[in-house]
Amino acid sequence: MAERVAIVATGQTRHTAKRLDVNLRELITEAVTRALEDADLRIQDIDAVFLGNMEPFEGFMFPELWSVEGWGGYGKPAIKFNTGGTVGTTTTMAAYYYLAAGLYETVLAIGFEKQSEGHTQAAITTVGDPIWERTMMAGAVGNFAVMASTYVHESGVTPEQAAKVAVKARRNACNNEYAHLQMPNITVEEVMQSQMLAHPIRKLDMCPQSDGAVAMVLASEAKAKKLASRPAWIKAVATAHEQQYMGDSPKRLAIMRSQVTASQKVYKAAGIANPRKDLDVAEIYEVATYAEMAMYENLGFCERGQGGVLIDQGVTSMEGELPVNPSGGVLSANPIGATAMIRVAEAALQVMGKAGKRQVPNVHTALATGYGGNAWTDALILSSR
Amino acid sequence: MVSVQKVEAVKEALRVPFRMKLEFDYAMGAHAERFFHALRDHARILGVKCPACKRVYVPPRPVCGICFVETRDWGEVSDEGTLVGCTVVDLPFIDPMTGERRPVPYGFAIIRLDGADTAMYHFLEETDPKRMYVGQRVKAVFREQRTGSLQDILHFRAVQG
Repeated sequence: MAERVAIVATGQTRHTAKRLDVNLRELITEAVTRALEDADLRIQDIDAVFLGNMEPFEGFMFPELWSVEGWGGYGKPAIKFNTGGTVGTTTTMAAYYYLAAGLYETVLAIGFEKQSEGHTQAAITTVGDPIWERTMMAGAVGNFAVMASTYVHESGVTPEQAAKVAVKARRNACNNEYAHLQMPNITVEEVMQSQMLAHPIRKLDMCPQSDGAVAMVLASEAKAKKLASRPAWIKAVATAHEQQYMGDSPKRLAIMRSQVTASQKVYKAAGIANPRKDLDVAEIYEVATYAEMAMYENLGFCERGQGGVLIDQGVTSMEGELPVNPSGGVLSANPIGATAMIRVAEAALQVMGKAGKRQVPNVHTALATGYGGNAWTDALILSSR
Repeated sequence: MVSVQKVEAVKEALRVPFRMKLEFDYAMGAHAERFFHALRDHARILGVKCPACKRVYVPPRPVCGICFVETRDWGEVSDEGTLVGCTVVDLPFIDPMTGERRPVPYGFAIIRLDGADTAMYHFLEETDPKRMYVGQRVKAVFREQRTGSLQDILHFRAVQG
């Protein structure tokens, strides 16, 4: 029988386009220090450290070597993960597995990225197969654009509905002191007139490139109860992978098979029958406006084809029935190696009642997702109980 | 415990530039090689079928990802197909195959060839997003001089459905 595991503390940096005042190690130290302070722990109290990023972005073969003193790794068991966009959720889930197995009592989990130091879009294109895919690829933007076209065809969502997602995200971000893009006066018209990157995706439909780090302390049940008055218990985790090539999934984003599979698994494990009603908040790895609406459908927040209606009706706004991404989401900050863990940390803050100005009232159950690789999905359910 | 207290904030934000030119050469493997021999020598496009679920895979591969059984039966698929997804890329971009900036705009699509169950990436001749759509019929335009790569197909051109 697995031990119960909870997130008891989080720490983030102010995510931004360029952190020229710190190096990679110092950036990590900021997030780690804040997480330890949040738990009132010293690094000596931590049993093991798990961390990860997207290594080709900064050109560090061993980021854990170059940053080890920045996260107090000397003499400790430490494992680095590298699963692409999902690395932050993979790292979280690995910490969960070790704690659930009773092997440790406290684990520090870290995600980080300093995109300003390298060539993100060229590096991201190496995700593609060199024989079959790379020549055509145009980083994340081109991939999301072709996927978005399929979703638009399937669901009939409009550029205006996509723009509403962008407005929701950047306005929510104004309540998040860590968000990169805070745009209190952004309008639907502004989004729809922003630079076209790859049809139908415009600049403000797409996430930014950010520098940033996040850290969390996870603990076994006995420890968690001592360390936090209201821990965020991990009720369920699931990962689902896709097939190998970008064209293997029949409708890819519109019906993201991995996201349907992973979310159904965690809903079942956590006893969630109606996600829109049973979840109090969701922090999802959305990357682009069109993707967020497709994910509403994949995650069962609405019927197929209703993603645009959900945004029109404000269901996922801060005041709506199921607020999605009160933090501003990936559209408002994307330090990729940290991004998926930020989703978990933000969901944990909501459950712990520590989300400040972006707090949704009375959160008991939260969903966090990670997206990466070739449309792979991680999903976690956090709970106050 | 570690401390973030700094002696003083950075004044100049000094940086160290590092420029590295990397070159890679990837082996294609037996399945891709067979595909590219047919493409290069005969301008034919091959797929391979899973004996269990009967899916025809393009790109071909040794094992069906869903059934996890060996694929065996090769066959020719059409050089015509349907757009599953399409876009025009306007964003200036470094081509990872060459390290050079790729000319924009260019048409880019996921195409399901007739006779195949999976789709693949390729370029479109069309560069106006108003003149392309999901479901559109397209046909491969083969290069005269073919070398054994996916670029032996220049791009796909819209045809009457």
